[in-house]
Amino acid sequence: MLKYTLKRILLLVPVVIGITFLVYLVLSVSPGDPARMMLPEDATEAIVAAKREELGLNDPIVVQYLRYMGNAIQGNFGTSWYQGFDVLSEFSHRLPYTLTLATIATLVAVLIGIPAGVYSAVRHNHMPDYIITFFSLLLSAAPTFWLGMMYQLLFSLRLGWLPASGASNWKCFVLPVVSLAGGMLAGNSRMTRTWLLDIIRSDYVRTARAKGNKETVVIFKHALRNALLPVITQIGVGFSNIVGGSLVAENVYAFPGIGSFLSSAVKSKDIPIVVGCIVVVSIIVGITNLIVDLLYAVVDPRVQLGK
Amino acid sequence: MNAETNAASLRKEGKKRKKGQIHMIVLRFRKNKLAMIGLFVLVILMVTCLSAPLWLNYRLVTRQKIVDAYQAPSSAHLFGTDQFGRDLFARIIYGGQISLFAGLITVFIAFLLGVALGGAAGYFGGTVDNVIMRFCDILMSVPGVLLSMCIVAALGQGLVKMLIALSVAQIPRQARTVRAAVMTLRGQEFVEAARSCGSSNTRILLRHMLPNVLGPIIIGVMQGLGGTILSIASLGFLGIGIAPPTPEWGTIISENQNSLMYYPYLGIIPGLFIVVAVLSLNFIGDGLRDALDPKQKN
Repeated sequence: MLKYTLKRILLLVPVVIGITFLVYLVLSVSPGDPARMMLPEDATEAIVAAKREELGLNDPIVVQYLRYMGNAIQGNFGTSWYQGFDVLSEFSHRLPYTLTLATIATLVAVLIGIPAGVYSAVRHNHMPDYIITFFSLLLSAAPTFWLGMMYQLLFSLRLGWLPASGASNWKCFVLPVVSLAGGMLAGNSRMTRTWLLDIIRSDYVRTARAKGNKETVVIFKHALRNALLPVITQIGVGFSNIVGGSLVAENVYAFPGIGSFLSSAVKSKDIPIVVGCIVVVSIIVGITNLIVDLLYAVVDPRVQLGK
Repeated sequence: MNAETNAASLRKEGKKRKKGQIHMIVLRFRKNKLAMIGLFVLVILMVTCLSAPLWLNYRLVTRQKIVDAYQAPSSAHLFGTDQFGRDLFARIIYGGQISLFAGLITVFIAFLLGVALGGAAGYFGGTVDNVIMRFCDILMSVPGVLLSMCIVAALGQGLVKMLIALSVAQIPRQARTVRAAVMTLRGQEFVEAARSCGSSNTRILLRHMLPNVLGPIIIGVMQGLGGTILSIASLGFLGIGIAPPTPEWGTIISENQNSLMYYPYLGIIPGLFIVVAVLSLNFIGDGLRDALDPKQKN
């Protein structure tokens, strides 16, 4: 188990190096001279050339990349080209917000989505099933940012129950969490429902019923454990999607996470911020996937990790 | 009976059987009510948006008339007007051309590249498989939206650039589906038979294997389409998709974000168009899945 975990963490390294190199390559060969964009419009050629030299833009791309990664390993992600702040310290302020948001949203999606799916399957082809299925379909078809705006409109601007923006207290987290959790919650509930319905019809469940077990025991002890396996494998992907959604939805709520300043960095082509963001997010997603795989082995004793 | 007529009758038989299978798929699809509703709604949406130049003046989309700003929905302006007095109905209909068809093109590009990469990985195995799959792992290590955002940051704004950005983010998923499907066929007799006849690798892949794996691929493509439309809207909302004033559903919502408090219809209506389009696509995708592969779930 420990050996497997270490091996997986080591395997993260080439992935992070690969994705950052890819992004660095694409960003650097793209048109537009950052040095010129950073300086005032009336800057002379000499000043621009000096700035280019200062930023190391004249070196070959591989040298630039190696220098960047060398610094990154030592905890230096560079300085924002246009806003002048240190990328790492800015991240350390903002990342906890995004991570908290994504983690809570994932937990909500799992803790509500799975029971909803179970209830839907148990009451198959009855009113609760139809209602849950209807909302699942609706939630999976609506853009996260639009749902966020609609919640904001209803609960903050019209009813005044919850704050519309910021992150000053726990109330500010409610709307972002609800809008982010929607898509994954719908996915979890639909998947649990389909698998549980399939498993309920299998022989061993019939045996469990024939033994005279109570229906709750049959569902929760016998059927659900098997039905949950495919749902658990999707948690990693779901978390990754929620982080992605958070990068968009944070803009709706003026939430102080990494999403709200990433989109402005993308527009201004602020490479240190964009690459730093990719490094951080790919590591987080990698670790989450590892945790999910470890969890999988706990739920399913047949899975033997590292073999 | 001479050989020629024999061959002809065999060919006829083959044709009949082929038609039979497609017929079965169509029958199964038509039995699915939700999928048929989805198809109906989507076709109406697409025809309305595509035929817009015939019955709706494009000038309405960009014409600004401050006197007409913030008009509530009425017979003159079906969905009302925005802060610049532009007709929301015209903007949504013309925006649909981009939102719907950019999604189709994106998924098609990802499909072509996914078949090429996934097919090669599954067919050749070994080092080729390893290299291609590690490349896919790398692309999948960040959320698709983030990857698209970075590519847009690099290439700049514009329709074609956005299509590239979104396709790249879709490739790994398509490649994985194709690879898995091709791998199940690799050892089968008809592939060996084709090889012993001297067929080239390309011919075996395209002529013999591809038709057999088309089912799962089509399912994957259809299910990716809804997500792609949502991604286009997200990029548009962030202001890094299509450059204004060209309308696109996500961009329209983001333009009207500040007017929502007093004019909520400006945000609700375009959002509903996205929901209806994606919902229809998801229904069609589920229907196709059930029709093509009755055993597969979710």
